[in-house]
Amino acid sequence: MFWGDDCMRPSRQIYMDHAATTPVHPAVVEAMRPYFADRFGNPSSLHLFGREAKDTLETAREKVAALIGATPGEIVFTSGGTESDNFALVGAARANERRGRHVVTSVIEHHAVLETCVFLEELGFNVTRVPVDRDGFVDPDDVERALRPDTVLVSIMASNNEIGTLEPVAEIGVRLKERSIPFHCDAVQSAGAVSVNVEEMNADLLSLSAHKLYGPKGVGALYIRRGTRMKPLLHGGEQERARRAGTENLPGIVGFGVACEVARGDLTQTSHYVGQLRDRLIDGLTAAVEAVALNGHRTQRLPGNVNVSIKGCEGESLVLNLDLVGVAASTGSACSSGSLSPSHVLKALGLPQELEQSAIRLTLGRTNTEEEVDAVLEELPRIVSRLRSLGHHA
Amino acid sequence: MHDPRLRVIVAMSGGVDSSVAAALLVEEGHEVIGVTMKLHHGEGGRQFGGCCTFEDVEDARRVARVLGIPHYVVNLIEAFERAVVDDFVSEYGRGRTPNPCIRCNQHVKFDVLMRRAQELEAEHIATGHYARISRDGTTGQYRLLRGVDESKDQSYVLYMMNQEQLARTLMPLGWREKADTRTLARRLGMDIADKPDSQEICFVEHDDYARFVLSRNPSLSRPGDIVDSAGNRLGQHRGVVHYTIGQRHGLGLAMPHPVYVTSIDAATNTLTVGPAEELLADGLVVADLHWVSGSAPGPGSDLEVKIRYNAAAVPARIAEVGTESATAHFQDPQRAVTPGQAAVFYRGEEVLGGGTIEASVCLS
Repeated sequence: MFWGDDCMRPSRQIYMDHAATTPVHPAVVEAMRPYFADRFGNPSSLHLFGREAKDTLETAREKVAALIGATPGEIVFTSGGTESDNFALVGAARANERRGRHVVTSVIEHHAVLETCVFLEELGFNVTRVPVDRDGFVDPDDVERALRPDTVLVSIMASNNEIGTLEPVAEIGVRLKERSIPFHCDAVQSAGAVSVNVEEMNADLLSLSAHKLYGPKGVGALYIRRGTRMKPLLHGGEQERARRAGTENLPGIVGFGVACEVARGDLTQTSHYVGQLRDRLIDGLTAAVEAVALNGHRTQRLPGNVNVSIKGCEGESLVLNLDLVGVAASTGSACSSGSLSPSHVLKALGLPQELEQSAIRLTLGRTNTEEEVDAVLEELPRIVSRLRSLGHHA
Repeated sequence: MHDPRLRVIVAMSGGVDSSVAAALLVEEGHEVIGVTMKLHHGEGGRQFGGCCTFEDVEDARRVARVLGIPHYVVNLIEAFERAVVDDFVSEYGRGRTPNPCIRCNQHVKFDVLMRRAQELEAEHIATGHYARISRDGTTGQYRLLRGVDESKDQSYVLYMMNQEQLARTLMPLGWREKADTRTLARRLGMDIADKPDSQEICFVEHDDYARFVLSRNPSLSRPGDIVDSAGNRLGQHRGVVHYTIGQRHGLGLAMPHPVYVTSIDAATNTLTVGPAEELLADGLVVADLHWVSGSAPGPGSDLEVKIRYNAAAVPARIAEVGTESATAHFQDPQRAVTPGQAAVFYRGEEVLGGGTIEASVCLS
């Protein structure tokens, strides 16, 4: 029941929050459609409905595996990136508990990793959180120095969702392989945006999320290298080769498979296209607005990520003002009640507080256009000008 | 209200008052944006009663949806921590009893939030307070008046609003009775129509303010002496934070007649108690003065004063008034004048202003 006039809804909507989620690709929607009411069988059933569902499931699995250079048997489907991270950390830590109880991670991991590490600490594990430099890079030497005889797992993300920094995971992976320490990599933001290959990265565990690469929400995967010891997170059934109980979300998984296929098909072109839009936005902003600082490394960053601190403005205010003119952006850290929390990532960079509080994040995707970037380059400077003239954060 | 269409930020707590305030403004044709302020984390990540929990934010969001207005949650935790929580703890540390809602209104709601509203091109904010803001036709001055519903009047917590803040604030409920508000909410189909009012301090769980203050400042739980007005030691107290002026219970004393806390000296960590007569004061000294019109009433002015939120306003006369402090004498002696509470002066229905009670005054 609406009786306000809702006329505050802007006529045009420009979406620049692809790090939060992405629109589902039309091919993905089409591919998913039959699996709701027509081909709805449970892959574990013996009858035809089940067997066909099982075939479909395994086909999707092949597609996901192909995106990251894995074999299908090494892919376990989950409910998303968060479950994959939880599963990786708790599953690997507990499986290796007798050998040791030390875990190494970084300060800028996603909350799904950081909070799970807190959970591991409650279970009696020790966690070392390696710092990052001003651009958000983890130093492989720091990771190596943090290793102890009782280290059973290292978790370092492939790229950071807030500032886009591409981490030197291949180098880290090599060193861990030499020491036979399991390496988990949260590749949720990287997959579909840049090349992700588990051999090149020497990763033993890798988290993926469908809705970050134009697939549906509610489905993801954990890559588990053959031979990696794991305990399951979810108990109950024997699905996913007894590694993850629960009836598989077949429509979602089908969608995920197709999304991976699409991503793999045009990764280089899309990456290039989005990267150009990103550069146009960054260059345009720094030209049009004074005192704008880019957070993260200029080139070693995800192709769609723009994170800038704008002096004299409050990040949250910028995001709300952009929303009122139809531009969707973020400050990178949504909190559960719907407001924005200060970013632990920006804090870890050691930025002065005013840069932390004046940061906003725009993340571009394959559906953005040059025209949209230019529209934002019109609106944002105008908003900044108005806010600065109010002098609230001079 | 005959204003042209305004963009108004309504501070929405998820309660019935702010919800109906928003509805009234939408009905009047203004461009309304609902905002819920996030002021604290809850404790240990848990959310609890009081205000602005996950549920309250959800309630506000649902009301906004029904009204067809945008709804945002803004993070004002840091400002609230500095202006309200720190002050709350330090006042208890001085043996005083603070009113955090007044600090919140003064430094957060009508300050930070108002600036945020400006940043969103809203020149006005609105709240669900039961108070009235009116503009004098001749002078153009803004006046703060009691709400028409005497039992719900909230003008007391608004006394420190200045002219600019009054000019930029709308309080649609001041002309209504509380009972009407709920009726209207029901008619509008709001499921929060019968939601109970929040009675607790919003950032303290179960109103256990002593535990909260001690978690920030453990030294306040040092036991000390309880003495009478002559200085005779009567017993031991658990730490000044646990007591307030006028308190009778929980003193742990076996006395032949009832005694009450008459003063708290944090510096010497001493609690003074006495019979009911010793709780009476003839007047009070008020500091951190604020006058709504910008100028103080002259000495000798006959006014009414409220010495706490749920006390009735009683007749008093300003004895002297300076820039820093003022002294007022009651017509009849008043009980439990409490340093740290606000003293708000009224002339009829109008709030003149007031300040923080420093001390009581005894004339004999």
